[in-house]
Amino acid sequence: MNPVNYLYLAALLFTIGATGVLIRRNAIVLFMCVELMLNACNLALVAFSRMHGNLDGQIIAFFVMVVAAAEVVVGLAIIVSLFRSRHSASVDDASLMKL
Amino acid sequence: MSASAVHSLWTMAADPIEKIDAPKIEYGQLSPTLIVIGAAILGILIEAFVPRRSRYYAQVFLSAVALAAAFAAVVGLAAGGYATTKAGIAAMGAIAVDGPALFLQGTILLAGLLGVFTFAERRLDPVAHGNRVDSFAAQAASVPGSDSEKAAVKAGFTTTEVFPLLLFAIGGMLIFPAANDLLTLFIALEVLSLPLYLLCALARRKRLVSQEAAVKYFLLGAFASAFTLFGIALLYGYAGSVSYATIAQVVDGTVQNVTPALADTMGNDALLLVGTAMLVMGLLFKVGAVPFHMWTPDVYQGAPTPVTGFMAAATKVAAFGALLRVLYVVLPGLRWDWRPVMWAVAIVTMLAGAIVAITQTDIKRLLAYSSIAHAGFILAGVIAASPEGVSSVLFYLGAYSFVTIGAFAVVTLVRDAGGEATHLSKWAGLGRRSPLVAAVFAVFLLAFAGIPLTSGFAGKFAVFKAAAEGGAGAIVVIGVISSAIAAFFYIRVIVLMFFSEPRPEGPTVAVPSPLTTTAIAVGVAVTVVLGVAPQYFLDLASQAGVFVR
Repeated sequence: MNPVNYLYLAALLFTIGATGVLIRRNAIVLFMCVELMLNACNLALVAFSRMHGNLDGQIIAFFVMVVAAAEVVVGLAIIVSLFRSRHSASVDDASLMKL
Repeated sequence: MSASAVHSLWTMAADPIEKIDAPKIEYGQLSPTLIVIGAAILGILIEAFVPRRSRYYAQVFLSAVALAAAFAAVVGLAAGGYATTKAGIAAMGAIAVDGPALFLQGTILLAGLLGVFTFAERRLDPVAHGNRVDSFAAQAASVPGSDSEKAAVKAGFTTTEVFPLLLFAIGGMLIFPAANDLLTLFIALEVLSLPLYLLCALARRKRLVSQEAAVKYFLLGAFASAFTLFGIALLYGYAGSVSYATIAQVVDGTVQNVTPALADTMGNDALLLVGTAMLVMGLLFKVGAVPFHMWTPDVYQGAPTPVTGFMAAATKVAAFGALLRVLYVVLPGLRWDWRPVMWAVAIVTMLAGAIVAITQTDIKRLLAYSSIAHAGFILAGVIAASPEGVSSVLFYLGAYSFVTIGAFAVVTLVRDAGGEATHLSKWAGLGRRSPLVAAVFAVFLLAFAGIPLTSGFAGKFAVFKAAAEGGAGAIVVIGVISSAIAAFFYIRVIVLMFFSEPRPEGPTVAVPSPLTTTAIAVGVAVTVVLGVAPQYFLDLASQAGVFVR
């Protein structure tokens, strides 16, 4: 199959993720959408790697997986501490600093 | 694509695997980063093995010594000619060791050292249950206002993990402006961001606001880094490589041995333009430029003030370093495309930062909008696309970071019963009550405003001169207008401090330990010295102003 099709899929997944971040309200769902965006990047990297016939893209995909795992650790810690003090993970409720 | 290219991607188990050469690492040239990251790992071991009561001293000592040693290493490398004649690329093409990298690393390390001093301050908060406490939560995991939090405070817990986190953030910041391929750039971005997200959530007072700031910073930061990564993927797809030099050659069309796949993607300008836009967007987010500035005021206000000061100074230095390298080393061939966009961003950033700052009533938010406006001024130097542009940006970043750390350190001193008194109305008459603190803060505000004889004036003059010579005269006019608007609200705070009556229930000024005093004193000294005699440092910046490729 033509690897370009995987790029279309990657762009589609990235757009779904970005739209989700913009329209959803729950911090956990927002975070999942960000992870979807990162995975779309991985797909694009691997597809480009196949097209160019070198391994750089696949190596980057491994690094991105590790980064995403580290981000999950930090992100969930922050979101859970917010949820425990407010009993809500909605990003609309987090508005103490609004003017 | 040729068949052999595909088949080199896999191998039969029976075939001997091609021998992989061990990478050659120039440890000496990478020593500043290695010292800082090594000290951060040692700091984690200290958390694990050293008894609780001596951790604070061990961590402060280790962090300060490591940052001083790393700074000495940077100075040693620069003195050894790595900033000028011996500039080169280390670690198999991943890290550039050149003038801008060393200059910015030195700035970040000094800012980090002052950051450690403000982090370690324990005299400002009232003594709780016989223990001196710093600005960080007793136990970050306990719910604000809960019994477990009270128990943690009573037991005298402190979050000494902030020091290793700070060192990790500094480690990422040291790599960020020196990264010489897109993968290293992305990893450095994450290594500097993740500890900062956590540090934002760790305030001792106003913990709900602090956690909220951390969530906002984290979600928006992760969103922005996903865009950066997609930009990296597209640029890799365009050039078939993540190395800055190769991408630059492909953009210029001077690349050797073009494979059929590369010939195919090279012709696709959409990959290049969209990739560049997304990558630069991620960097502009870190810089805090309009329209990617939305996180700045909330995060600056909510984060513990020592963290805000460090973050405002060092993140900006690192991010502008990375932005300069991407635009000047990777994409000089695309300058006719990115310059108009950066023009627009610089103009909007300067004006929006200055105008919105006028309406602010919280001193930390005011400084946040002021930092947005300053990002716009620095972008004016970036647009110049000339050696003077680079050196003026380097000088501005150096001058600005010390003013910022000093100003936020002063904000930690003005306190009332609820912690720091950040509302502007509470600062009324501060000059009558404690003239010294108010005078020091006035010096910082004048430097922000760019009044002559302060470092802010020398920096602004350098960037605007570079921008005007680079053909961006309109930017200079708008820059001067927004400086005038910005000067209005800086002067307004000075007038408020010195020419209005102090309120009877107003805040008190805490007497800091030598740590914060040192941070503020260094800030004032650098501000005045760079303002009165900037020539030596301008020369230093212009010697350091050449990128290696």
